[in-house]
Amino acid sequence: MVETGFIFRNMRIAVLLLISQYLLSGLAYGAEQYRVVKIADPFIELRTGAGRGYPVFLVVERGETITLLKRKTDWFKVRTKENQEGWVDLKQLQQTLSPTGEKTQFAGIALSDFQRYRWQIGVSGGDYGGAREINLYAGHRFAAHLSAELGITQALGSYSSSLAAKASLLAHPFTQWRVSPFFAIGTGVVSTHPRTTLVQTQDRTDQFASVGIGVQTYIARRFVFRLEYNDHIVFSATNAHDTNEEIYEWKAGFAIFL
Amino acid sequence: MEGRVRHISLSGAALLLVCSNVLLTTAALAAEPMTIDTEQVIKPQVKRTNVSEPRIDAEDFEVGVFGGMMSVEDFGVNPVFGIRTAYHISEDFFVEAAVGQSKTTKTSYERLSGAAELITSDERLLRYYNLSVGYNLLPGEVFIKGKYAFNTALYIIGGIGSTHFAGNDRFTLSIGSGYRFLATDWLAIHGDLRDLIFDMDLFGKNQITNNIEMSLGATVFF
Repeated sequence: MVETGFIFRNMRIAVLLLISQYLLSGLAYGAEQYRVVKIADPFIELRTGAGRGYPVFLVVERGETITLLKRKTDWFKVRTKENQEGWVDLKQLQQTLSPTGEKTQFAGIALSDFQRYRWQIGVSGGDYGGAREINLYAGHRFAAHLSAELGITQALGSYSSSLAAKASLLAHPFTQWRVSPFFAIGTGVVSTHPRTTLVQTQDRTDQFASVGIGVQTYIARRFVFRLEYNDHIVFSATNAHDTNEEIYEWKAGFAIFL
Repeated sequence: MEGRVRHISLSGAALLLVCSNVLLTTAALAAEPMTIDTEQVIKPQVKRTNVSEPRIDAEDFEVGVFGGMMSVEDFGVNPVFGIRTAYHISEDFFVEAAVGQSKTTKTSYERLSGAAELITSDERLLRYYNLSVGYNLLPGEVFIKGKYAFNTALYIIGGIGSTHFAGNDRFTLSIGSGYRFLATDWLAIHGDLRDLIFDMDLFGKNQITNNIEMSLGATVFF
Protein backbone atom coordinates (compact mmCIF):
# COMPACT_ATOMS: atom_id res chain seq x y z
CA MET A 1 0.00 0.00 0.00
CA VAL A 2 2.77 2.36 1.01
CA GLU A 3 4.71 1.64 -2.17
CA THR A 4 1.74 2.04 -4.43
CA GLY A 5 0.80 5.29 -2.73
CA PHE A 6 4.33 6.50 -3.23
CA ILE A 7 4.24 5.62 -6.94
CA PHE A 8 0.90 7.33 -7.39
CA ARG A 9 2.08 10.48 -5.67
CA ASN A 10 5.17 10.56 -7.83
CA MET A 11 3.14 10.00 -10.98
CA ARG A 12 0.90 12.89 -10.07
CA ILE A 13 3.95 15.13 -9.75
CA ALA A 14 5.31 13.82 -13.06
CA VAL A 15 2.03 14.54 -14.84
CA LEU A 16 1.87 18.03 -13.37
CA LEU A 17 5.43 18.63 -14.52
CA LEU A 18 4.57 17.38 -18.01
CA ILE A 19 1.57 19.66 -18.25
CA SER A 20 3.47 22.71 -17.05
CA GLN A 21 6.25 21.92 -19.51
CA TYR A 22 3.68 21.69 -22.28
CA LEU A 23 2.20 25.04 -21.36
CA LEU A 24 5.64 26.63 -21.28
CA SER A 25 6.67 25.11 -24.61
CA GLY A 26 3.34 26.25 -26.04
CA LEU A 27 4.24 29.80 -25.08
CA ALA A 28 7.65 29.41 -26.67
CA TYR A 29 6.18 28.04 -29.89
CA GLY A 30 3.66 30.84 -30.04
CA ALA A 31 6.47 33.34 -30.15
CA GLU A 32 8.36 31.56 -32.94
CA GLN A 33 7.77 31.66 -36.66
CA TYR A 34 6.84 28.70 -38.82
CA ARG A 35 9.27 27.19 -41.25
CA VAL A 36 8.78 27.97 -44.96
CA VAL A 37 10.21 25.60 -47.58
CA LYS A 38 10.28 25.31 -51.36
CA ILE A 39 9.25 22.03 -53.01
CA ALA A 40 11.95 20.27 -55.05
CA ASP A 41 10.13 17.01 -55.84
CA PRO A 42 7.99 17.08 -59.06
CA PHE A 43 4.96 17.31 -56.78
CA ILE A 44 3.84 16.54 -53.23
CA GLU A 45 0.54 15.10 -52.11
CA LEU A 46 -1.56 16.63 -49.36
CA ARG A 47 -3.75 14.21 -47.43
CA THR A 48 -6.68 14.84 -45.14
CA GLY A 49 -5.03 13.05 -42.21
CA ALA A 50 -1.68 11.97 -40.82
CA GLY A 51 -1.63 8.48 -42.33
CA ARG A 52 -1.03 6.70 -45.63
CA GLY A 53 -4.71 5.67 -45.95
CA TYR A 54 -6.17 9.17 -45.93
CA PRO A 55 -7.25 10.48 -49.33
CA VAL A 56 -5.10 12.90 -51.32
CA PHE A 57 -7.10 16.08 -51.87
CA LEU A 58 -4.47 18.42 -53.24
CA VAL A 59 -1.22 18.26 -55.19
CA VAL A 60 1.38 21.02 -54.90
CA GLU A 61 3.96 21.33 -57.67
CA ARG A 62 7.69 21.87 -57.71
CA GLY A 63 8.85 25.40 -57.05
CA GLU A 64 5.94 26.42 -54.86
CA THR A 65 6.49 27.30 -51.22
CA ILE A 66 4.68 25.73 -48.30
CA THR A 67 4.66 26.43 -44.57
CA LEU A 68 5.35 23.60 -42.14
CA LEU A 69 2.96 23.87 -39.20
CA LYS A 70 3.51 20.78 -37.11
CA ARG A 71 4.60 17.18 -37.13
CA LYS A 72 2.93 13.93 -36.02
CA THR A 73 5.20 10.88 -36.22
CA ASP A 74 6.45 10.98 -39.87
CA TRP A 75 3.74 13.30 -41.15
CA PHE A 76 3.93 17.06 -41.51
CA LYS A 77 0.97 19.39 -41.49
CA VAL A 78 1.57 22.04 -44.16
CA ARG A 79 -0.17 25.16 -45.38
CA THR A 80 -0.09 26.21 -49.02
CA LYS A 81 0.00 29.79 -50.33
CA GLU A 82 -3.76 29.49 -50.93
CA ASN A 83 -4.22 28.73 -47.23
CA GLN A 84 -5.15 25.10 -47.69
CA GLU A 85 -3.91 22.73 -45.01
CA GLY A 86 -3.07 19.05 -45.32
CA TRP A 87 -0.66 16.32 -44.24
CA VAL A 88 2.48 15.35 -46.18
CA ASP A 89 4.72 12.32 -45.68
CA LEU A 90 8.29 12.94 -44.53
CA LYS A 91 9.65 11.07 -47.60
CA GLN A 92 8.14 13.65 -49.95
CA LEU A 93 9.69 16.51 -48.02
CA GLN A 94 13.22 15.18 -47.94
CA GLN A 95 14.09 16.94 -51.18
CA THR A 96 12.66 20.34 -50.19
CA LEU A 97 14.71 23.51 -50.26
CA SER A 98 14.91 26.46 -47.97
CA PRO A 99 13.69 29.77 -49.48
CA THR A 100 17.29 30.65 -50.34
CA GLY A 101 17.71 27.45 -52.35
CA GLU A 102 19.75 25.38 -49.93
CA LYS A 103 18.83 21.78 -49.36
CA THR A 104 17.14 21.24 -46.00
CA GLN A 105 17.59 18.33 -43.68
CA PHE A 106 14.57 16.56 -42.30
CA ALA A 107 16.68 14.16 -40.42
CA GLY A 108 14.87 11.06 -39.42
CA ILE A 109 16.48 9.41 -36.44
CA ALA A 110 18.84 6.71 -37.67
CA LEU A 111 21.22 4.02 -36.52
CA SER A 112 24.01 6.58 -36.26
CA ASP A 113 22.00 8.41 -33.59
CA PHE A 114 21.65 5.18 -31.65
CA GLN A 115 25.42 4.73 -31.75
CA ARG A 116 25.83 8.17 -30.21
CA TYR A 117 22.90 8.20 -27.77
CA ARG A 118 23.37 9.81 -24.37
CA TRP A 119 20.16 9.07 -22.47
CA GLN A 120 17.89 6.09 -22.42
CA ILE A 121 14.60 5.40 -20.67
CA GLY A 122 12.83 2.08 -20.90
CA VAL A 123 10.37 -0.45 -19.58
CA SER A 124 10.55 -4.20 -19.53
CA GLY A 125 8.79 -7.27 -18.27
CA GLY A 126 10.12 -10.67 -17.37
CA ASP A 127 10.78 -13.25 -14.71
CA TYR A 128 12.36 -12.50 -11.33
CA GLY A 129 13.10 -15.77 -9.56
CA GLY A 130 9.76 -17.26 -10.60
CA ALA A 131 7.76 -14.09 -10.02
CA ARG A 132 6.53 -11.92 -12.87
CA GLU A 133 8.19 -8.54 -12.96
CA ILE A 134 7.75 -5.06 -14.40
CA ASN A 135 10.75 -2.82 -14.62
CA LEU A 136 11.33 0.88 -15.31
CA TYR A 137 14.80 2.32 -15.78
CA ALA A 138 16.73 5.37 -16.94
CA GLY A 139 20.34 5.42 -18.05
CA HIS A 140 23.02 7.96 -18.93
CA ARG A 141 25.94 7.07 -21.18
CA PHE A 142 28.61 9.28 -19.70
CA ALA A 143 31.51 7.79 -21.67
CA ALA A 144 31.72 6.14 -25.07
CA HIS A 145 31.55 2.61 -23.69
CA LEU A 146 30.10 3.12 -20.22
CA SER A 147 26.69 3.99 -18.88
CA ALA A 148 25.08 4.33 -15.46
CA GLU A 149 21.52 3.26 -14.79
CA LEU A 150 18.86 3.56 -12.13
CA GLY A 151 15.90 1.25 -12.11
CA ILE A 152 12.82 0.20 -10.17
CA THR A 153 11.47 -3.34 -10.39
CA GLN A 154 8.19 -4.62 -9.10
CA ALA A 155 8.02 -8.41 -8.89
CA LEU A 156 4.71 -10.10 -8.27
CA GLY A 157 4.76 -13.75 -7.23
CA SER A 158 2.33 -16.24 -5.78
CA TYR A 159 3.70 -15.93 -2.25
CA SER A 160 5.09 -12.44 -2.11
CA SER A 161 5.53 -9.22 -3.98
CA SER A 162 8.69 -7.17 -3.91
CA LEU A 163 9.92 -3.78 -4.94
CA ALA A 164 13.59 -3.32 -5.81
CA ALA A 165 15.64 -0.21 -6.54
CA LYS A 166 18.94 -0.74 -8.30
CA ALA A 167 21.91 1.29 -9.50
CA SER A 168 24.14 -0.31 -12.10
CA LEU A 169 27.13 0.29 -14.30
CA LEU A 170 27.09 -1.02 -17.86
CA ALA A 171 29.93 -1.61 -20.30
CA HIS A 172 29.11 -1.47 -24.01
CA PRO A 173 32.16 -2.79 -25.85
CA PHE A 174 30.64 -2.71 -29.35
CA THR A 175 28.69 0.53 -29.66
CA GLN A 176 29.06 0.55 -33.46
CA TRP A 177 26.99 -2.60 -33.87
CA ARG A 178 23.26 -2.53 -34.51
CA VAL A 179 22.92 -5.47 -32.11
CA SER A 180 25.09 -4.26 -29.27
CA PRO A 181 25.90 -6.50 -26.29
CA PHE A 182 26.56 -5.14 -22.81
CA PHE A 183 27.79 -6.30 -19.42
CA ALA A 184 26.45 -5.00 -16.12
CA ILE A 185 27.19 -4.93 -12.43
CA GLY A 186 24.76 -3.47 -9.96
CA THR A 187 23.65 -3.09 -6.40
CA GLY A 188 20.48 -2.05 -4.61
CA VAL A 189 17.84 -2.85 -2.06
CA VAL A 190 14.84 -5.12 -2.34
CA SER A 191 11.85 -4.95 -0.05
CA THR A 192 9.72 -8.08 0.08
CA HIS A 193 6.12 -8.12 1.18
CA PRO A 194 4.60 -11.61 1.67
CA ARG A 195 0.98 -12.07 0.62
CA THR A 196 -1.48 -11.18 3.34
CA THR A 197 -3.30 -14.47 2.89
CA LEU A 198 -0.22 -16.27 4.26
CA VAL A 199 -0.13 -16.12 8.05
CA GLN A 200 2.80 -15.07 10.27
CA THR A 201 5.00 -13.45 7.72
CA GLN A 202 6.92 -10.23 7.91
CA ASP A 203 8.07 -7.62 5.46
CA ARG A 204 11.81 -7.45 5.03
CA THR A 205 14.36 -5.30 3.25
CA ASP A 206 17.69 -6.67 2.01
CA GLN A 207 20.64 -5.41 0.04
CA PHE A 208 21.68 -7.21 -3.11
CA ALA A 209 24.42 -7.24 -5.74
CA SER A 210 24.07 -8.41 -9.31
CA VAL A 211 25.96 -9.24 -12.47
CA GLY A 212 24.32 -9.33 -15.84
CA ILE A 213 24.65 -9.66 -19.56
CA GLY A 214 22.37 -8.38 -22.26
CA VAL A 215 21.91 -7.08 -25.72
CA GLN A 216 20.22 -4.00 -27.13
CA THR A 217 19.08 -3.67 -30.72
CA TYR A 218 18.15 -0.56 -32.64
CA ILE A 219 14.66 -0.93 -34.16
CA ALA A 220 13.55 2.35 -35.70
CA ARG A 221 13.23 6.03 -34.86
CA ARG A 222 14.21 6.38 -31.21
CA PHE A 223 13.36 2.83 -30.24
CA VAL A 224 15.56 0.10 -28.87
CA PHE A 225 14.70 -3.49 -28.02
CA ARG A 226 16.56 -4.89 -25.06
CA LEU A 227 17.03 -8.38 -23.65
CA GLU A 228 18.81 -8.89 -20.35
CA TYR A 229 19.79 -11.61 -17.89
CA ASN A 230 20.91 -10.92 -14.33
CA ASP A 231 22.12 -13.01 -11.44
CA HIS A 232 21.30 -11.44 -8.05
CA ILE A 233 22.78 -12.33 -4.69
CA VAL A 234 20.40 -11.09 -1.98
CA PHE A 235 22.23 -10.70 1.33
CA SER A 236 19.42 -12.23 3.36
CA ALA A 237 21.62 -14.42 5.60
CA THR A 238 21.15 -13.31 9.21
CA ASN A 239 23.93 -15.43 10.73
CA ALA A 240 27.01 -17.28 9.59
CA HIS A 241 25.19 -20.54 8.95
CA ASP A 242 22.55 -19.12 6.67
CA THR A 243 23.07 -18.91 2.94
CA ASN A 244 22.32 -15.89 0.85
CA GLU A 245 19.48 -16.09 -1.59
CA GLU A 246 20.28 -16.24 -5.27
CA ILE A 247 17.75 -14.91 -7.76
CA TYR A 248 17.95 -15.31 -11.52
CA GLU A 249 16.22 -12.67 -13.56
CA TRP A 250 15.57 -12.29 -17.27
CA LYS A 251 13.67 -9.49 -18.90
CA ALA A 252 12.81 -8.06 -22.30
CA GLY A 253 11.57 -4.61 -23.12
CA PHE A 254 11.72 -1.40 -25.08
CA ALA A 255 13.58 1.85 -24.56
CA ILE A 256 13.61 5.30 -26.06
CA PHE A 257 17.00 7.01 -26.45
CA LEU A 258 17.88 10.69 -26.66
CA MET B 1 91.15 6.75 -25.62
CA GLU B 2 89.39 9.27 -23.46
CA GLY B 3 88.58 11.32 -26.52
CA ARG B 4 87.03 8.33 -28.26
CA VAL B 5 84.87 7.54 -25.28
CA ARG B 6 83.67 11.14 -25.24
CA HIS B 7 83.08 10.93 -28.96
CA ILE B 8 80.96 7.80 -28.56
CA SER B 9 78.96 9.31 -25.71
CA LEU B 10 78.42 12.43 -27.80
CA SER B 11 77.15 10.41 -30.76
CA GLY B 12 75.00 8.48 -28.24
CA ALA B 13 73.46 11.74 -27.14
CA ALA B 14 72.88 12.69 -30.77
CA LEU B 15 71.19 9.36 -31.39
CA LEU B 16 68.98 9.85 -28.36
CA LEU B 17 68.04 13.28 -29.62
CA VAL B 18 67.18 11.92 -33.06
CA CYS B 19 65.15 9.09 -31.55
CA SER B 20 63.23 11.35 -29.23
CA ASN B 21 62.66 13.72 -32.12
CA VAL B 22 61.24 10.92 -34.27
CA LEU B 23 59.03 9.74 -31.41
CA LEU B 24 57.75 13.23 -30.74
CA THR B 25 56.89 13.85 -34.37
CA THR B 26 55.09 10.52 -34.64
CA ALA B 27 53.22 11.35 -31.46
CA ALA B 28 52.30 14.72 -32.90
CA LEU B 29 51.20 13.10 -36.14
CA ALA B 30 49.13 10.55 -34.29
CA ALA B 31 47.51 13.26 -32.21
CA GLU B 32 46.59 15.32 -35.24
CA PRO B 33 44.20 13.86 -37.82
CA MET B 34 45.88 13.22 -41.16
CA THR B 35 45.10 16.27 -43.21
CA ILE B 36 46.07 16.76 -46.80
CA ASP B 37 47.07 20.34 -47.28
CA THR B 38 45.03 21.51 -50.25
CA GLU B 39 45.52 25.23 -50.51
CA GLN B 40 42.33 26.67 -51.97
CA VAL B 41 42.82 29.42 -54.49
CA ILE B 42 39.56 31.15 -53.69
CA LYS B 43 38.33 30.96 -50.17
CA PRO B 44 34.54 31.42 -50.02
CA GLN B 45 33.48 34.07 -47.56
CA VAL B 46 29.96 32.64 -47.23
CA LYS B 47 28.79 32.05 -43.71
CA ARG B 48 26.80 28.86 -43.69
CA THR B 49 23.41 29.09 -42.04
CA ASN B 50 22.62 26.02 -40.06
CA VAL B 51 19.30 24.63 -41.27
CA SER B 52 18.82 21.46 -39.30
CA GLU B 53 15.11 20.76 -38.69
CA PRO B 54 14.22 23.44 -36.19
CA ARG B 55 11.06 24.69 -34.56
CA ILE B 56 8.62 22.21 -36.00
CA ASP B 57 6.19 21.39 -33.26
CA ALA B 58 6.13 17.59 -33.03
CA GLU B 59 2.92 16.33 -31.47
CA ASP B 60 3.74 12.72 -30.71
CA PHE B 61 2.78 12.73 -27.03
CA GLU B 62 -0.73 12.39 -25.73
CA VAL B 63 -1.92 12.93 -22.16
CA GLY B 64 -5.39 12.91 -20.67
CA VAL B 65 -7.96 11.66 -18.22
CA PHE B 66 -10.63 9.01 -18.41
CA GLY B 67 -13.64 7.90 -16.41
CA GLY B 68 -16.14 5.09 -16.61
CA MET B 69 -17.37 1.94 -14.97
CA MET B 70 -15.35 -1.06 -13.91
CA SER B 71 -16.62 -4.49 -13.06
CA VAL B 72 -14.40 -6.21 -10.49
CA GLU B 73 -15.25 -9.89 -10.22
CA ASP B 74 -17.41 -10.48 -7.07
CA PHE B 75 -16.97 -6.86 -5.98
CA GLY B 76 -19.59 -5.11 -8.09
CA VAL B 77 -19.59 -2.60 -10.92
CA ASN B 78 -18.28 0.77 -9.76
CA PRO B 79 -17.02 4.09 -11.10
CA VAL B 80 -13.40 4.17 -12.22
CA PHE B 81 -11.18 7.10 -13.19
CA GLY B 82 -7.57 7.62 -14.13
CA ILE B 83 -4.83 9.23 -16.21
CA ARG B 84 -3.33 8.01 -19.46
CA THR B 85 -0.31 9.14 -21.41
CA ALA B 86 0.86 7.83 -24.77
CA TYR B 87 3.73 8.25 -27.21
CA HIS B 88 3.08 7.66 -30.90
CA ILE B 89 6.02 5.84 -32.44
CA SER B 90 4.64 5.75 -35.97
CA GLU B 91 1.27 6.16 -37.59
CA ASP B 92 0.60 2.51 -36.66
CA PHE B 93 2.08 1.95 -33.22
CA PHE B 94 1.98 3.72 -29.88
CA VAL B 95 2.97 2.98 -26.30
CA GLU B 96 0.80 3.92 -23.36
CA ALA B 97 1.09 4.20 -19.59
CA ALA B 98 -2.06 4.40 -17.48
CA VAL B 99 -3.06 4.55 -13.84
CA GLY B 100 -6.59 4.13 -12.56
CA GLN B 101 -8.59 3.53 -9.44
CA SER B 102 -12.00 2.29 -8.42
CA LYS B 103 -13.68 1.95 -5.03
CA THR B 104 -15.23 -1.49 -5.02
CA THR B 105 -18.31 -2.51 -3.06
CA LYS B 106 -19.29 -5.56 -1.01
CA THR B 107 -19.56 -9.03 -2.48
CA SER B 108 -23.03 -10.59 -2.48
CA TYR B 109 -21.80 -13.01 0.20
CA GLU B 110 -20.93 -10.12 2.50
CA ARG B 111 -24.30 -8.50 1.91
CA LEU B 112 -26.30 -11.67 2.50
CA SER B 113 -24.41 -12.92 5.54
CA GLY B 114 -24.71 -9.50 7.16
CA ALA B 115 -21.75 -9.46 9.52
CA ALA B 116 -18.66 -11.09 7.96
CA GLU B 117 -16.43 -8.70 6.04
CA LEU B 118 -13.83 -10.33 3.80
CA ILE B 119 -11.61 -7.28 3.44
CA THR B 120 -11.26 -3.94 5.20
CA SER B 121 -12.64 -0.70 3.83
CA ASP B 122 -9.13 0.47 2.80
CA GLU B 123 -8.50 -2.77 0.95
CA ARG B 124 -11.60 -2.21 -1.17
CA LEU B 125 -9.86 0.55 -3.07
CA LEU B 126 -8.49 -0.93 -6.29
CA ARG B 127 -5.57 0.84 -7.91
CA TYR B 128 -3.75 -0.27 -11.02
CA TYR B 129 -1.09 0.84 -13.44
CA ASN B 130 -0.16 -0.66 -16.77
CA LEU B 131 2.27 -0.22 -19.66
CA SER B 132 0.91 -1.16 -23.05
CA VAL B 133 1.59 -1.24 -26.76
CA GLY B 134 -1.22 -0.22 -29.10
CA TYR B 135 -1.82 -0.68 -32.79
CA ASN B 136 -4.08 1.53 -34.89
CA LEU B 137 -5.99 -1.24 -36.59
CA LEU B 138 -8.64 0.73 -38.46
CA PRO B 139 -7.68 4.35 -39.08
CA GLY B 140 -10.37 6.34 -40.82
CA GLU B 141 -12.47 9.40 -41.23
CA VAL B 142 -16.05 10.08 -40.11
CA PHE B 143 -18.39 12.65 -41.59
CA ILE B 144 -20.99 14.61 -39.70
CA LYS B 145 -23.77 16.18 -41.79
CA GLY B 146 -21.65 16.30 -44.91
CA LYS B 147 -19.97 19.45 -43.68
CA TYR B 148 -17.53 18.19 -41.07
CA ALA B 149 -14.91 15.47 -41.36
CA PHE B 150 -13.00 14.06 -38.41
CA ASN B 151 -10.08 11.64 -38.27
CA THR B 152 -10.57 8.55 -36.15
CA ALA B 153 -8.87 5.27 -35.36
CA LEU B 154 -9.97 2.00 -33.90
CA TYR B 155 -7.03 0.54 -32.02
CA ILE B 156 -6.20 -2.64 -30.18
CA ILE B 157 -4.01 -2.51 -27.12
CA GLY B 158 -2.34 -4.91 -24.71
CA GLY B 159 0.12 -4.68 -21.85
CA ILE B 160 1.33 -5.61 -18.41
CA GLY B 161 1.04 -3.92 -15.05
CA SER B 162 0.13 -4.30 -11.43
CA THR B 163 -3.12 -4.03 -9.52
CA HIS B 164 -3.21 -3.25 -5.82
CA PHE B 165 -6.38 -4.74 -4.39
CA ALA B 166 -7.44 -6.58 -1.21
CA GLY B 167 -4.06 -5.97 0.44
CA ASN B 168 -1.84 -7.33 -2.30
CA ASP B 169 -0.15 -6.30 -5.52
CA ARG B 170 -1.25 -8.51 -8.38
CA PHE B 171 0.44 -8.93 -11.73
CA THR B 172 -2.04 -7.77 -14.33
CA LEU B 173 -2.43 -8.43 -18.02
CA SER B 174 -4.56 -5.93 -19.85
CA ILE B 175 -6.09 -6.32 -23.29
CA GLY B 176 -8.67 -4.26 -25.04
CA SER B 177 -9.57 -1.93 -27.79
CA GLY B 178 -10.49 1.70 -28.15
CA TYR B 179 -11.78 4.34 -30.48
CA ARG B 180 -9.96 7.65 -30.91
CA PHE B 181 -11.92 10.58 -32.31
CA LEU B 182 -9.79 13.59 -33.20
CA ALA B 183 -11.99 16.63 -32.56
CA THR B 184 -9.03 18.83 -33.59
CA ASP B 185 -5.39 18.05 -34.35
CA TRP B 186 -4.55 18.26 -30.70
CA LEU B 187 -7.72 17.15 -28.91
CA ALA B 188 -8.93 13.54 -28.95
CA ILE B 189 -11.96 11.85 -27.44
CA HIS B 190 -11.50 8.19 -26.51
CA GLY B 191 -13.91 5.35 -25.90
CA ASP B 192 -12.20 2.33 -24.39
CA LEU B 193 -12.98 -1.22 -23.39
CA ARG B 194 -10.31 -3.07 -21.40
CA ASP B 195 -10.06 -6.40 -19.68
CA LEU B 196 -7.75 -6.40 -16.67
CA ILE B 197 -6.79 -9.97 -15.91
CA PHE B 198 -5.27 -10.84 -12.53
CA ASP B 199 -5.20 -13.67 -9.97
CA MET B 200 -7.32 -13.58 -6.81
CA ASP B 201 -6.73 -15.95 -3.92
CA LEU B 202 -9.19 -14.38 -1.53
CA PHE B 203 -11.75 -17.18 -1.63
CA GLY B 204 -9.42 -20.01 -0.66
CA LYS B 205 -8.54 -20.98 -4.20
CA ASN B 206 -6.30 -19.12 -6.63
CA GLN B 207 -8.37 -18.11 -9.63
CA ILE B 208 -7.99 -15.87 -12.66
CA THR B 209 -10.39 -12.94 -12.70
CA ASN B 210 -11.48 -10.91 -15.71
CA ASN B 211 -12.32 -7.34 -14.81
CA ILE B 212 -13.94 -5.31 -17.52
CA GLU B 213 -13.50 -1.55 -17.64
CA MET B 214 -15.51 0.72 -19.93
CA SER B 215 -14.41 4.31 -20.13
CA LEU B 216 -14.66 7.60 -21.93
CA GLY B 217 -11.69 9.95 -21.99
CA ALA B 218 -10.18 13.11 -23.40
CA THR B 219 -6.54 13.61 -24.32
CA VAL B 220 -4.41 16.40 -25.72
CA PHE B 221 -1.48 15.95 -28.11
CA PHE B 222 1.73 17.85 -27.52
